[in-house]
Amino acid sequence: MTLAEKIIAKAAGRDNVEPGEIVTCTVDLAMIHDSGGPRRVKPAMEKLGVNVWDPVKVVLVSDHFAPCTDAESAAILKLTRQWAAEQGITNFYDQQGICHVVTPERGHLAPGMFAVGGDSHSPTGGAFGCYMFGIGATDMLGILVTGETWLKVPETICINWSGKLSEGVAAKDMALKMCATLGMDGGGYQAVQYSGETIENLDMMERMTLCNMAAELGAQAGLIEPDETTATYITAAGGDPGDWAAFCSDADAEYKTTHEFATTDLAPQVAAPHSPANAADVSDIEYTEIDQFYIGACTGAKLNDLEMAAAVLKGNKIAPSKRLTIAPASSQILTAATKQGIIEIFLNAGSNLLPPGCGACAGYGVGVLAEDEVCLASTARNFQGRMGASSSKVYLASPYTVAASAVAGHITDPRVVLAS
Amino acid sequence: MSGRVWKFGDDVNTDVLAPGIYIKLPLEELASHCLETITPNFANEVREGDFVVGGKNFGIGSSREQAAQVLKALGIAAVIAPSFGGIFYRNAFNLGLPAIVLDTIDQIDDKHELEIDLKTSGIKNVSTGHDLTGEAIPENLLALVEAGGLVPFLEHKLGKNG
Ligand code: SF4
Repeated sequence: MTLAEKIIAKAAGRDNVEPGEIVTCTVDLAMIHDSGGPRRVKPAMEKLGVNVWDPVKVVLVSDHFAPCTDAESAAILKLTRQWAAEQGITNFYDQQGICHVVTPERGHLAPGMFAVGGDSHSPTGGAFGCYMFGIGATDMLGILVTGETWLKVPETICINWSGKLSEGVAAKDMALKMCATLGMDGGGYQAVQYSGETIENLDMMERMTLCNMAAELGAQAGLIEPDETTATYITAAGGDPGDWAAFCSDADAEYKTTHEFATTDLAPQVAAPHSPANAADVSDIEYTEIDQFYIGACTGAKLNDLEMAAAVLKGNKIAPSKRLTIAPASSQILTAATKQGIIEIFLNAGSNLLPPGCGACAGYGVGVLAEDEVCLASTARNFQGRMGASSSKVYLASPYTVAASAVAGHITDPRVVLAS
Repeated sequence: MSGRVWKFGDDVNTDVLAPGIYIKLPLEELASHCLETITPNFANEVREGDFVVGGKNFGIGSSREQAAQVLKALGIAAVIAPSFGGIFYRNAFNLGLPAIVLDTIDQIDDKHELEIDLKTSGIKNVSTGHDLTGEAIPENLLALVEAGGLVPFLEHKLGKNG
C-alpha cells in the first residue's frame, strides 16, 4: 500500500483499502478557522441540538479576519470566541497566526493521522505524514457532530525530485514549476506523494510549502513520508511523532503515475495572473511594474520564507514609491524573526508589517488591493480578484523573488541581487 | 428537472464564484456578485431551475462552500462539468446541489434547454435532441441530494425529525 492508503485503511478500521472504494473514516483531528468555522457551523449545530463530538480533537484558529477591520469582522471573531467557550475547545489560538502553520507548530500533527481542515490548503499537514485534506463548512459540521467522514480512496501520484536547490531557488519555485507542468488538475483530486533526494534535504517549512500547494495541483492531499527531520520538528513543537517509521509507502506500492522533476536548471519561477499554472522562469516574464509586494500567507511567510526575504533585503531599500507588506505566518515566527534581527532588516528596508494572520492573501483582511493594482506575492493563489478589487492582478513568486523585486521596483531575478 | 443552460469555460474558481471581498456580506448580497468578473449579467439574469455547465476543474480553489451556496441561492438546479474541484464537489452535495460529471459538454451550448434525471445521470439536450449520460452519482451523495443536503440528512439520522 501507499502511505495514503495505509493511513486511510487505519482510519477506516480496515487491513487494506483499494483506490476507488468509498469508505467511512474516523477523524483524528479537525482544524477549523474563523471564516469557515464557528460562524458557519453554529446555527446548524443549534438546529440539530448537538455539540462537538470530541473537543480535544478540534483545533480552532482565528486567522482570516484577524485582526478585524470593521464591525462585521469583529462580530465574526466575537462569535468564534463564544463558540470556543460553549463547546469547550481548549486548542483555540486566537490571532496567533495562520491555521496551517499554528497547528503543527503547537504540536498537534503527527504521522499517520487522518485529519481534516476547514480550508483548502489543509494538505499542508501532509508534510508531517498526515492524510489531511480541506473541506467546506457543512462537511465540517458533519464531522464535528459525528467524528467521521466518507472518502473515495484516492490513487497516489508519485512526484520525484532529484538534485539540490541552488542559491536563490526555493520550494515555492518547485511548487510553481509543478503547477506549470502538470496543471491545476494535475492532481485530479488524488493523493500526491513527493519523494526523492531534493525532498529529503528540505526542512519542514519548505516541505509544508510543497504540500500546501498540492491544493494548486487539484490534489486531495499532498504527502511526504516522515523521517528524522519530521520527528525532530514534532518533538521540538511539543508533540509526539509516535511510530513515524511505520508510515511510508511499501516498496511494491502501486502509483497511478510517477512524474520526474530535477532541480538542475530550476530557475526562480513567477506565475502570471490569474493562475498558478501560468508559471514560467523569471527571465521569461515581461517587464512588469508592481504596486504592492507582499510576503505573507501559510505558503510564503514561515520563518524560512522570512529568512529568504531578509537575505535579499539586508542593507537594501525598497524602490521609491513602492510598498512591501509583510505578514508573518504566526506569532512564534514573528518572535523568532525578531530575535534573529530579521524584522529590523525589513523595517530598515522600508517595509510595512502586518500582524500574524492571513492578511491580504484572500482579500478578507488588511492590506488588500485597489482597482487595477498589481501585486507580486509569496502566496499560493492568484485567481482574479483574490487579493482585493476585481480588476487587481496578482503575480506569484518565492519570498526571494518578491523581496528582490521590491528592491528593483519590478519583477526581477533574485539571484542577481543575492550575488551583489 | 428541466431548465436553461449557462455555459462557462475551464477552471471556474471559487474566487470568481464567491469573491473574498464580499464574503462577509449576507448570502443574497454575496450571490449578486457571483461570477461577475467573467459574466457580469449572470446573477441578474439567471432563473430558478437553470443549469450551470462548466469546463474542466469547475469550482477549483478555496474550501469556501459559499461558492456552491450562491449558485443554489440563485436557483441553479445542477452543475455539469467534465471534472470538478474536489472540495467544491463535496460542498455542492452537502448543500443539496447536484454536480454531474459529463465528458461530452461540447454537446451543450449556452442557453440550450436540458432535461436531467439525477438517478441515471441521463441528460437530454432538448435543443438538439441529443441524449447524453453523465457519470453515475454515488449512492451516498444521491441520498444527500434527496434529503436536501447534509443538515436535513443529519437531522433525520440523529432522529430530530422522528
Ligand atoms: S494565508 Fe491565504 S492561503 Fe493560507 S489559509 Fe490564509 S487565506 Fe488561505
